[in-house]
Amino acid sequence: MRWVNRRIGRGQALLLGGLPLALVVLGYVVAAAARHAENPADKILPLPGAMASAMAALLFEPDPLSGELLFWADTLASLSRLGIGLGIATLSALLAGLMLGALPPVRAFFSPLVTAIAVIPPIALLPILFIIFGLGETAKVALIVVGITPFMLRDLAGHISALPREQMVKALTLGASSWQLLLRVALPQALPRLIEELRLSLGPAWVFLISAEAIAADVGLGYRIFLVRRYLAMDVIIPYVGWIALLAVAMDFVLSRTSRLAFGWAHKARR
Amino acid sequence: MLRLSNVWVEYGEKVVLERISLDIAEGAFVSVIGPSGAGKSSLLRVILGQDQPSRGRITLDGRPLPAECGPDRGVVFQRYSVFPHLNALGNTMLGLELAGAPFTARLFGSARRAARAQAEEMLAAVGLADSLHLYPSEMSGGMQQRLAIAQALIMRPRILLLDEPFGALDPGIRADMHVLITRLWREFGLTIVMVTHDIKEAFALGTRVITLDKRRHDPHAPQRYGAGVIYDIALTRKTASDEQANESTSITID
Repeated sequence: MRWVNRRIGRGQALLLGGLPLALVVLGYVVAAAARHAENPADKILPLPGAMASAMAALLFEPDPLSGELLFWADTLASLSRLGIGLGIATLSALLAGLMLGALPPVRAFFSPLVTAIAVIPPIALLPILFIIFGLGETAKVALIVVGITPFMLRDLAGHISALPREQMVKALTLGASSWQLLLRVALPQALPRLIEELRLSLGPAWVFLISAEAIAADVGLGYRIFLVRRYLAMDVIIPYVGWIALLAVAMDFVLSRTSRLAFGWAHKARR
Repeated sequence: MLRLSNVWVEYGEKVVLERISLDIAEGAFVSVIGPSGAGKSSLLRVILGQDQPSRGRITLDGRPLPAECGPDRGVVFQRYSVFPHLNALGNTMLGLELAGAPFTARLFGSARRAARAQAEEMLAAVGLADSLHLYPSEMSGGMQQRLAIAQALIMRPRILLLDEPFGALDPGIRADMHVLITRLWREFGLTIVMVTHDIKEAFALGTRVITLDKRRHDPHAPQRYGAGVIYDIALTRKTASDEQANESTSITID
Protein backbone atom coordinates (compact mmCIF):
# COMPACT_ATOMS: atom_id res chain seq x y z
CA MET A 1 0.00 0.00 0.00
CA ARG A 2 1.25 3.47 -0.83
CA TRP A 3 2.12 5.67 2.14
CA VAL A 4 -0.33 8.44 1.18
CA ASN A 5 -3.17 5.93 1.60
CA ARG A 6 -2.14 4.57 4.99
CA ARG A 7 -4.77 5.08 7.65
CA ILE A 8 -3.34 5.45 11.14
CA GLY A 9 -5.59 4.29 13.99
CA ARG A 10 -5.72 5.90 17.43
CA GLY A 11 -3.58 3.34 19.21
CA GLN A 12 -1.09 3.26 16.37
CA ALA A 13 -0.85 7.05 16.33
CA LEU A 14 -0.17 7.07 20.07
CA LEU A 15 2.54 4.47 19.65
CA LEU A 16 4.14 6.17 16.64
CA GLY A 17 3.98 9.61 18.29
CA GLY A 18 5.40 8.35 21.59
CA LEU A 19 8.33 6.64 19.94
CA PRO A 20 10.42 9.73 19.06
CA LEU A 21 9.80 11.20 22.53
CA ALA A 22 10.97 7.95 24.15
CA LEU A 23 14.01 7.87 21.86
CA VAL A 24 14.98 11.41 22.85
CA VAL A 25 14.74 10.55 26.56
CA LEU A 26 16.62 7.30 26.05
CA GLY A 27 19.34 9.03 24.00
CA TYR A 28 19.76 11.63 26.75
CA VAL A 29 20.06 9.02 29.51
CA VAL A 30 22.60 6.99 27.50
CA ALA A 31 24.69 10.09 26.77
CA ALA A 32 24.49 11.25 30.40
CA ALA A 33 25.51 7.81 31.67
CA ALA A 34 28.45 7.75 29.27
CA ARG A 35 29.66 11.17 30.46
CA HIS A 36 29.25 10.20 34.09
CA ALA A 37 31.21 6.97 33.51
CA GLU A 38 34.16 9.16 32.47
CA ASN A 39 33.65 11.96 35.02
CA PRO A 40 31.31 11.31 37.96
CA ALA A 41 31.18 15.08 38.72
CA ASP A 42 29.87 16.00 35.25
CA LYS A 43 27.37 18.93 35.37
CA ILE A 44 26.50 19.29 31.67
CA LEU A 45 24.28 16.22 31.33
CA PRO A 46 22.96 15.43 34.84
CA LEU A 47 21.43 12.02 35.47
CA PRO A 48 17.69 11.82 36.24
CA GLY A 49 18.44 11.14 39.92
CA ALA A 50 20.43 14.36 40.22
CA MET A 51 17.62 16.33 38.58
CA ALA A 52 15.08 14.80 40.96
CA SER A 53 17.07 15.70 44.05
CA ALA A 54 17.80 19.24 42.79
CA MET A 55 14.13 19.76 41.97
CA ALA A 56 12.97 18.27 45.26
CA ALA A 57 14.81 21.06 47.05
CA LEU A 58 13.02 23.70 44.99
CA LEU A 59 9.67 21.93 45.17
CA PHE A 60 9.37 21.04 48.83
CA GLU A 61 11.96 22.96 50.88
CA PRO A 62 11.37 26.62 51.70
CA ASP A 63 14.11 28.95 50.49
CA PRO A 64 16.19 30.03 53.52
CA LEU A 65 16.12 33.70 52.35
CA SER A 66 12.51 34.28 51.38
CA GLY A 67 10.87 31.31 53.10
CA GLU A 68 9.03 30.44 49.86
CA LEU A 69 8.84 27.20 47.92
CA LEU A 70 10.81 28.53 44.95
CA PHE A 71 9.43 26.31 42.20
CA TRP A 72 5.83 27.15 43.02
CA ALA A 73 6.58 30.85 43.53
CA ASP A 74 8.29 30.92 40.12
CA THR A 75 5.40 29.14 38.45
CA LEU A 76 2.80 31.38 40.04
CA ALA A 77 4.70 34.56 39.13
CA SER A 78 5.26 33.52 35.52
CA LEU A 79 1.74 32.24 34.97
CA SER A 80 0.14 35.36 36.41
CA ARG A 81 2.30 37.60 34.20
CA LEU A 82 1.47 35.44 31.20
CA GLY A 83 -2.22 35.30 32.08
CA ILE A 84 -2.60 39.05 32.56
CA GLY A 85 -0.61 39.74 29.38
CA LEU A 86 -2.59 37.27 27.28
CA GLY A 87 -5.86 38.51 28.75
CA ILE A 88 -5.19 42.15 27.96
CA ALA A 89 -3.88 41.28 24.50
CA THR A 90 -6.85 39.07 23.67
CA LEU A 91 -9.43 41.56 24.86
CA SER A 92 -7.90 44.52 23.05
CA ALA A 93 -7.33 42.46 19.89
CA LEU A 94 -10.98 41.41 19.97
CA LEU A 95 -12.37 44.92 20.42
CA ALA A 96 -10.02 46.64 17.98
CA GLY A 97 -10.09 43.76 15.50
CA LEU A 98 -13.89 43.82 15.34
CA MET A 99 -13.94 47.56 14.73
CA LEU A 100 -11.16 47.44 12.15
CA GLY A 101 -12.63 44.46 10.38
CA ALA A 102 -16.23 45.52 10.20
CA LEU A 103 -16.20 49.32 10.00
CA PRO A 104 -14.41 50.71 6.91
CA PRO A 105 -13.89 54.24 8.33
CA VAL A 106 -12.19 52.83 11.45
CA ARG A 107 -10.03 50.59 9.29
CA ALA A 108 -8.96 53.50 7.08
CA PHE A 109 -8.07 55.56 10.18
CA PHE A 110 -6.15 52.99 12.23
CA SER A 111 -4.69 50.43 9.88
CA PRO A 112 -1.48 52.36 8.96
CA LEU A 113 -0.82 52.91 12.68
CA VAL A 114 -1.34 49.23 13.47
CA THR A 115 0.94 48.21 10.61
CA ALA A 116 3.63 50.60 11.83
CA ILE A 117 3.48 49.18 15.36
CA ALA A 118 3.40 45.61 14.11
CA VAL A 119 6.69 45.85 12.21
CA ILE A 120 8.67 46.96 15.31
CA PRO A 121 10.40 43.99 16.96
CA PRO A 122 8.85 43.95 20.45
CA ILE A 123 12.14 43.13 22.19
CA ALA A 124 13.51 46.43 20.82
CA LEU A 125 10.78 48.15 22.81
CA LEU A 126 11.73 46.41 26.05
CA PRO A 127 14.16 49.17 27.18
CA ILE A 128 11.47 51.76 26.54
CA LEU A 129 8.98 49.70 28.53
CA PHE A 130 11.45 49.36 31.41
CA ILE A 131 12.07 53.11 31.37
CA ILE A 132 8.37 53.96 31.28
CA PHE A 133 7.00 51.31 33.62
CA GLY A 134 10.03 50.63 35.78
CA LEU A 135 11.43 47.17 36.43
CA GLY A 136 8.25 45.86 38.07
CA GLU A 137 5.48 43.60 36.83
CA THR A 138 3.94 46.18 34.49
CA ALA A 139 6.84 46.22 32.05
CA LYS A 140 6.86 42.42 31.71
CA VAL A 141 3.12 42.25 31.11
CA ALA A 142 3.39 45.19 28.70
CA LEU A 143 6.05 43.38 26.66
CA ILE A 144 3.74 40.39 26.18
CA VAL A 145 0.85 42.68 25.25
CA VAL A 146 2.94 44.74 22.81
CA GLY A 147 4.44 41.57 21.40
CA ILE A 148 1.34 39.62 20.49
CA THR A 149 -1.53 42.11 20.17
CA PRO A 150 -0.62 43.42 16.69
CA PHE A 151 -0.56 39.93 15.21
CA MET A 152 -3.87 38.93 16.80
CA LEU A 153 -5.50 42.21 15.91
CA ARG A 154 -4.46 42.19 12.28
CA ASP A 155 -5.39 38.56 11.79
CA LEU A 156 -8.79 39.06 13.39
CA ALA A 157 -9.52 42.21 11.38
CA GLY A 158 -8.55 40.34 8.23
CA HIS A 159 -10.80 37.44 9.17
CA ILE A 160 -13.78 39.72 9.81
CA SER A 161 -13.35 41.74 6.65
CA ALA A 162 -13.05 38.50 4.66
CA LEU A 163 -16.46 37.27 5.80
CA PRO A 164 -18.60 36.85 2.68
CA ARG A 165 -20.11 40.14 1.54
CA GLU A 166 -23.38 38.23 1.13
CA GLN A 167 -23.58 37.73 4.89
CA MET A 168 -23.33 41.44 5.58
CA VAL A 169 -25.93 42.26 2.93
CA LYS A 170 -28.19 39.56 4.31
CA ALA A 171 -27.91 40.96 7.84
CA LEU A 172 -28.69 44.45 6.54
CA THR A 173 -31.79 43.18 4.74
CA LEU A 174 -32.86 41.68 8.06
CA GLY A 175 -32.71 45.20 9.45
CA ALA A 176 -29.37 45.08 11.30
CA SER A 177 -27.71 48.29 12.47
CA SER A 178 -23.90 48.57 12.53
CA TRP A 179 -23.92 47.72 16.23
CA GLN A 180 -26.21 44.73 15.76
CA LEU A 181 -24.09 43.52 12.87
CA LEU A 182 -20.99 43.66 15.08
CA LEU A 183 -22.76 41.93 17.94
CA ARG A 184 -24.63 39.16 16.16
CA VAL A 185 -22.68 38.52 12.95
CA ALA A 186 -19.06 39.64 13.40
CA LEU A 187 -18.46 38.86 17.10
CA PRO A 188 -19.66 35.23 17.13
CA GLN A 189 -17.63 34.44 14.04
CA ALA A 190 -14.59 36.23 15.49
CA LEU A 191 -14.46 34.23 18.73
CA PRO A 192 -13.31 30.83 17.42
CA ARG A 193 -10.70 32.59 15.31
CA LEU A 194 -9.57 34.53 18.39
CA ILE A 195 -8.96 31.29 20.30
CA GLU A 196 -7.01 29.98 17.33
CA GLU A 197 -4.86 33.13 17.37
CA LEU A 198 -4.38 32.84 21.11
CA ARG A 199 -3.06 29.32 20.63
CA LEU A 200 -0.63 30.52 17.99
CA SER A 201 0.42 33.42 20.23
CA LEU A 202 1.29 31.21 23.20
CA GLY A 203 4.75 30.51 21.80
CA PRO A 204 5.74 34.16 21.24
CA ALA A 205 4.14 35.11 24.58
CA TRP A 206 6.41 32.66 26.42
CA VAL A 207 9.41 34.03 24.54
CA PHE A 208 8.61 37.58 25.62
CA LEU A 209 7.90 36.50 29.20
CA ILE A 210 11.17 34.65 29.59
CA SER A 211 13.14 37.45 27.92
CA ALA A 212 11.67 40.02 30.27
CA GLU A 213 12.26 37.79 33.30
CA ALA A 214 15.82 37.05 32.23
CA ILE A 215 16.64 40.76 32.11
CA ALA A 216 14.95 42.08 35.22
CA ALA A 217 13.03 40.02 37.78
CA ASP A 218 13.44 38.47 41.21
CA VAL A 219 11.07 35.55 40.73
CA GLY A 220 9.75 33.59 37.75
CA LEU A 221 10.56 30.53 35.65
CA GLY A 222 12.68 32.53 33.20
CA TYR A 223 14.46 34.33 36.02
CA ARG A 224 15.33 31.03 37.70
CA ILE A 225 16.85 29.34 34.66
CA PHE A 226 18.95 32.39 33.82
CA LEU A 227 20.03 32.67 37.47
CA VAL A 228 21.17 29.06 37.90
CA ARG A 229 22.91 29.17 34.48
CA ARG A 230 25.77 30.90 36.34
CA TYR A 231 26.39 27.67 38.28
CA LEU A 232 25.94 25.43 35.22
CA ALA A 233 22.98 23.96 37.11
CA MET A 234 21.62 21.87 34.25
CA ASP A 235 19.88 19.70 36.86
CA VAL A 236 17.52 22.63 37.45
CA ILE A 237 17.42 24.12 33.97
CA ILE A 238 16.34 20.94 32.19
CA PRO A 239 13.37 20.17 34.50
CA TYR A 240 12.31 23.83 34.33
CA VAL A 241 12.36 23.77 30.54
CA GLY A 242 10.35 20.55 30.63
CA TRP A 243 7.87 22.15 33.02
CA ILE A 244 7.49 25.19 30.73
CA ALA A 245 6.84 22.85 27.80
CA LEU A 246 4.27 20.95 29.85
CA LEU A 247 2.48 24.17 30.84
CA ALA A 248 2.43 25.33 27.22
CA VAL A 249 1.00 22.03 26.01
CA ALA A 250 -1.65 22.10 28.75
CA MET A 251 -2.70 25.66 27.86
CA ASP A 252 -2.93 24.75 24.18
CA PHE A 253 -5.01 21.69 25.01
CA VAL A 254 -7.42 23.66 27.20
CA LEU A 255 -7.87 26.31 24.51
CA SER A 256 -8.52 23.83 21.74
CA ARG A 257 -10.98 21.94 23.96
CA THR A 258 -12.76 25.17 24.87
CA SER A 259 -13.08 26.09 21.22
CA ARG A 260 -14.56 22.72 20.33
CA LEU A 261 -17.05 22.84 23.19
CA ALA A 262 -18.13 26.45 22.81
CA PHE A 263 -17.96 26.86 19.04
CA GLY A 264 -18.84 23.46 17.68
CA TRP A 265 -20.23 24.99 14.51
CA ALA A 266 -16.81 26.32 13.50
CA HIS A 267 -15.23 22.89 13.75
CA LYS A 268 -18.05 21.11 11.97
CA ALA A 269 -17.66 23.48 9.04
CA ARG A 270 -13.99 22.65 8.67
CA ARG A 271 -14.52 18.94 8.49
CA MET B 1 -44.91 49.02 -7.03
CA LEU B 2 -41.18 49.03 -7.82
CA ARG B 3 -40.28 51.47 -10.57
CA LEU B 4 -36.91 51.94 -12.24
CA SER B 5 -36.78 54.99 -14.49
CA ASN B 6 -33.86 55.39 -16.89
CA VAL B 7 -31.40 53.63 -14.59
CA TRP B 8 -27.73 53.46 -15.59
CA VAL B 9 -25.05 51.50 -13.81
CA GLU B 10 -21.49 52.50 -14.64
CA TYR B 11 -18.23 51.50 -12.97
CA GLY B 12 -15.79 54.16 -14.15
CA GLU B 13 -15.52 53.80 -17.93
CA LYS B 14 -17.42 50.55 -17.97
CA VAL B 15 -21.12 50.84 -18.69
CA VAL B 16 -22.91 47.81 -17.25
CA LEU B 17 -26.55 48.76 -17.60
CA GLU B 18 -28.05 51.58 -19.61
CA ARG B 19 -31.54 53.05 -19.93
CA ILE B 20 -33.31 50.48 -17.77
CA SER B 21 -36.92 51.44 -17.23
CA LEU B 22 -39.11 48.90 -15.54
CA ASP B 23 -42.36 48.81 -13.64
CA ILE B 24 -42.75 45.80 -11.43
CA ALA B 25 -46.27 45.16 -10.26
CA GLU B 26 -47.23 43.89 -6.84
CA GLY B 27 -47.46 40.09 -6.83
CA ALA B 28 -45.33 39.66 -9.94
CA PHE B 29 -42.72 36.93 -10.30
CA VAL B 30 -40.12 38.50 -12.55
CA SER B 31 -37.36 36.31 -13.99
CA VAL B 32 -34.26 38.09 -15.27
CA ILE B 33 -32.13 36.22 -17.79
CA GLY B 34 -29.28 37.12 -20.07
CA PRO B 35 -25.76 36.05 -20.99
CA SER B 36 -22.90 36.23 -18.50
CA GLY B 37 -21.73 39.78 -17.94
CA ALA B 38 -25.01 41.31 -19.11
CA GLY B 39 -25.58 42.94 -15.75
CA LYS B 40 -28.19 40.62 -14.28
CA SER B 41 -26.61 40.65 -10.87
CA SER B 42 -25.87 44.38 -11.14
CA LEU B 43 -29.55 45.00 -11.67
CA LEU B 44 -30.35 42.93 -8.59
CA ARG B 45 -27.72 44.73 -6.49
CA VAL B 46 -29.15 48.10 -7.51
CA ILE B 47 -32.66 47.05 -6.52
CA LEU B 48 -31.22 45.63 -3.30
CA GLY B 49 -29.51 48.92 -2.51
CA GLN B 50 -26.07 47.30 -2.32
CA ASP B 51 -24.93 49.34 -5.36
CA GLN B 52 -26.09 52.77 -6.42
CA PRO B 53 -27.25 53.58 -9.97
CA SER B 54 -25.08 56.26 -11.58
CA ARG B 55 -28.11 57.81 -13.23
CA GLY B 56 -31.86 57.47 -12.98
CA ARG B 57 -34.07 56.78 -10.00
CA ILE B 58 -35.69 53.82 -8.34
CA THR B 59 -38.87 54.18 -6.35
CA LEU B 60 -40.62 51.67 -4.13
CA ASP B 61 -44.31 52.47 -3.60
CA GLY B 62 -43.63 55.95 -5.01
CA ARG B 63 -40.86 56.77 -2.52
CA PRO B 64 -37.20 56.86 -3.59
CA LEU B 65 -35.38 53.74 -2.49
CA PRO B 66 -33.00 54.31 0.44
CA ALA B 67 -29.33 53.98 -0.53
CA GLU B 68 -28.77 51.07 1.87
CA CYS B 69 -30.11 47.56 2.10
CA GLY B 70 -33.07 47.44 4.44
CA PRO B 71 -35.72 45.06 5.73
CA ASP B 72 -38.19 46.06 2.97
CA ARG B 73 -36.15 43.95 0.53
CA GLY B 74 -35.33 40.33 1.31
CA VAL B 75 -32.59 38.47 -0.50
CA VAL B 76 -31.40 34.92 -1.14
CA PHE B 77 -28.01 34.51 -2.79
CA GLN B 78 -26.61 31.45 -4.48
CA ARG B 79 -24.30 30.87 -1.49
CA TYR B 80 -23.43 32.36 1.91
CA SER B 81 -27.00 33.46 2.58
CA VAL B 82 -27.19 31.89 6.03
CA PHE B 83 -25.03 32.46 9.07
CA PRO B 84 -22.76 29.52 9.86
CA HIS B 85 -22.70 30.26 13.60
CA LEU B 86 -26.47 29.99 14.07
CA ASN B 87 -28.65 26.90 13.78
CA ALA B 88 -31.78 26.88 11.64
CA LEU B 89 -33.92 28.34 14.40
CA GLY B 90 -31.34 31.01 15.24
CA ASN B 91 -30.94 31.97 11.61
CA THR B 92 -34.68 32.35 11.17
CA MET B 93 -35.23 34.23 14.42
CA LEU B 94 -32.39 36.65 13.76
CA GLY B 95 -34.50 39.15 11.81
CA LEU B 96 -37.13 39.26 14.55
CA GLU B 97 -34.49 39.63 17.25
CA LEU B 98 -32.79 42.50 15.42
CA ALA B 99 -36.12 44.26 15.03
CA GLY B 100 -37.27 43.63 18.59
CA ALA B 101 -34.10 44.47 20.51
CA PRO B 102 -32.07 47.33 19.03
CA PHE B 103 -29.36 47.18 21.71
CA THR B 104 -28.94 43.55 22.78
CA ALA B 105 -30.18 42.11 19.45
CA ARG B 106 -31.54 39.21 21.50
CA LEU B 107 -35.03 38.54 22.74
CA PHE B 108 -35.86 37.10 26.14
CA GLY B 109 -38.89 35.62 27.87
CA SER B 110 -42.26 35.79 26.19
CA ALA B 111 -41.01 37.88 23.26
CA ARG B 112 -38.47 35.14 22.58
CA ARG B 113 -41.12 32.44 22.79
CA ALA B 114 -43.30 34.33 20.33
CA ALA B 115 -40.41 34.80 17.90
CA ARG B 116 -39.49 31.15 18.26
CA ALA B 117 -43.03 30.05 17.47
CA GLN B 118 -43.09 32.30 14.43
CA ALA B 119 -39.73 30.97 13.27
CA GLU B 120 -40.83 27.36 13.75
CA GLU B 121 -43.93 28.05 11.68
CA MET B 122 -41.83 29.59 8.92
CA LEU B 123 -39.37 26.70 8.96
CA ALA B 124 -42.29 24.27 8.71
CA ALA B 125 -43.55 26.23 5.69
CA VAL B 126 -40.24 25.68 3.87
CA GLY B 127 -40.07 22.03 4.92
CA LEU B 128 -37.44 22.26 7.66
CA ALA B 129 -39.67 21.39 10.60
CA ASP B 130 -37.39 18.49 11.56
CA SER B 131 -34.13 20.40 11.27
CA LEU B 132 -34.61 23.22 13.78
CA HIS B 133 -31.32 22.63 15.58
CA LEU B 134 -29.05 21.82 12.65
CA TYR B 135 -26.25 24.19 11.74
CA PRO B 136 -25.83 25.19 8.07
CA SER B 137 -22.65 23.09 7.82
CA GLU B 138 -24.75 20.02 8.66
CA MET B 139 -27.28 20.80 5.92
CA SER B 140 -27.35 20.00 2.22
CA GLY B 141 -27.31 22.82 -0.32
CA GLY B 142 -31.06 22.57 -0.84
CA MET B 143 -31.77 22.74 2.90
CA GLN B 144 -29.52 25.79 3.22
CA GLN B 145 -31.48 27.55 0.48
CA ARG B 146 -34.76 26.62 2.17
CA LEU B 147 -33.38 28.11 5.36
CA ALA B 148 -32.27 31.25 3.52
CA ILE B 149 -35.78 31.67 2.12
CA ALA B 150 -37.37 31.20 5.55
CA GLN B 151 -34.92 33.68 7.05
CA ALA B 152 -35.81 36.29 4.43
CA LEU B 153 -39.58 35.69 4.47
CA ILE B 154 -39.98 36.06 8.22
CA MET B 155 -39.35 39.79 7.76
CA ARG B 156 -42.30 39.98 5.31
CA PRO B 157 -40.25 41.93 2.76
CA ARG B 158 -42.07 43.98 0.11
CA ILE B 159 -39.86 42.35 -2.53
CA LEU B 160 -37.93 39.10 -2.42
CA LEU B 161 -34.78 39.15 -4.53
CA LEU B 162 -33.28 35.84 -5.61
CA ASP B 163 -29.79 35.80 -7.13
CA GLU B 164 -29.43 32.46 -8.93
CA PRO B 165 -30.85 30.81 -5.82
CA PHE B 166 -30.99 27.31 -7.25
CA GLY B 167 -27.90 27.49 -9.47
CA ALA B 168 -25.76 25.31 -7.23
CA LEU B 169 -28.35 22.58 -6.61
CA ASP B 170 -28.86 19.15 -8.13
CA PRO B 171 -31.59 18.96 -10.80
CA GLY B 172 -33.93 16.90 -8.60
CA ILE B 173 -33.54 19.22 -5.62
CA ARG B 174 -33.96 22.19 -7.94
CA ALA B 175 -37.34 20.88 -9.07
CA ASP B 176 -38.43 20.54 -5.42
CA MET B 177 -37.30 24.11 -4.80
CA HIS B 178 -39.33 25.31 -7.81
CA VAL B 179 -42.44 23.79 -6.28
CA LEU B 180 -41.59 25.34 -2.91
CA ILE B 181 -40.96 28.86 -4.18
CA THR B 182 -44.10 28.79 -6.32
CA ARG B 183 -46.15 27.70 -3.33
CA LEU B 184 -44.64 30.37 -1.08
CA TRP B 185 -45.14 33.01 -3.74
CA ARG B 186 -48.87 32.15 -3.85
CA GLU B 187 -49.37 31.72 -0.10
CA PHE B 188 -47.58 34.85 0.99
CA GLY B 189 -48.55 36.98 -2.02
CA LEU B 190 -44.89 37.77 -2.64
CA THR B 191 -43.34 40.00 -5.24
CA ILE B 192 -40.23 38.24 -6.52
CA VAL B 193 -37.38 39.27 -8.77
CA MET B 194 -35.22 36.28 -9.64
CA VAL B 195 -31.97 36.35 -11.57
CA THR B 196 -31.15 33.05 -13.26
CA HIS B 197 -29.08 31.70 -16.11
CA ASP B 198 -31.51 28.83 -16.66
CA ILE B 199 -34.01 29.87 -19.35
CA LYS B 200 -36.32 26.97 -18.60
CA GLU B 201 -36.42 27.92 -14.94
CA ALA B 202 -37.12 31.54 -15.86
CA PHE B 203 -40.16 30.62 -17.95
CA ALA B 204 -41.36 27.88 -15.62
CA LEU B 205 -41.50 30.11 -12.55
CA GLY B 206 -41.99 33.67 -13.78
CA THR B 207 -45.08 35.60 -14.67
CA ARG B 208 -42.79 37.91 -16.56
CA VAL B 209 -39.41 37.24 -18.14
CA ILE B 210 -36.95 40.05 -18.75
CA THR B 211 -33.93 39.51 -20.98
CA LEU B 212 -30.89 41.70 -20.57
CA ASP B 213 -28.28 42.04 -23.29
CA LYS B 214 -26.21 44.65 -25.08
CA ARG B 215 -28.09 46.41 -27.85
CA ARG B 216 -24.91 47.73 -29.43
CA HIS B 217 -21.42 46.38 -29.29
CA ASP B 218 -18.25 48.28 -30.16
CA PRO B 219 -15.54 45.67 -30.83
CA HIS B 220 -12.80 48.23 -30.06
CA ALA B 221 -14.34 49.32 -26.79
CA PRO B 222 -16.52 46.51 -25.44
CA GLN B 223 -17.11 48.39 -22.21
CA ARG B 224 -18.58 51.40 -24.06
CA TYR B 225 -22.17 50.18 -24.22
CA GLY B 226 -24.14 48.61 -21.43
CA ALA B 227 -26.93 46.09 -21.47
CA GLY B 228 -30.56 47.01 -21.72
CA VAL B 229 -33.88 45.20 -21.64
CA ILE B 230 -34.12 43.30 -24.93
CA TYR B 231 -37.27 41.27 -24.33
CA ASP B 232 -39.93 41.83 -21.73
CA ILE B 233 -42.35 38.94 -21.96
CA ALA B 234 -45.48 38.76 -19.87
CA LEU B 235 -46.64 35.20 -19.28
CA THR B 236 -50.28 36.05 -18.82
CA ARG B 237 -51.70 32.62 -19.52
CA LYS B 238 -50.12 31.16 -16.44
CA THR B 239 -52.64 29.31 -14.29
CA ALA B 240 -52.37 26.76 -11.54
CA SER B 241 -52.68 23.85 -14.01
CA ASP B 242 -50.01 25.32 -16.30
CA GLU B 243 -47.82 25.60 -13.27
CA GLN B 244 -48.14 21.91 -12.58
CA ALA B 245 -47.48 21.07 -16.24
CA ASN B 246 -44.40 23.28 -16.28
CA GLU B 247 -43.10 21.69 -13.15
CA SER B 248 -43.49 18.16 -14.46
CA THR B 249 -41.73 18.99 -17.75
CA SER B 250 -38.89 20.72 -16.02
CA ILE B 251 -38.41 17.70 -13.80
CA THR B 252 -38.25 15.29 -16.72
CA ILE B 253 -36.01 17.50 -18.84
CA ASP B 254 -33.63 18.35 -16.02
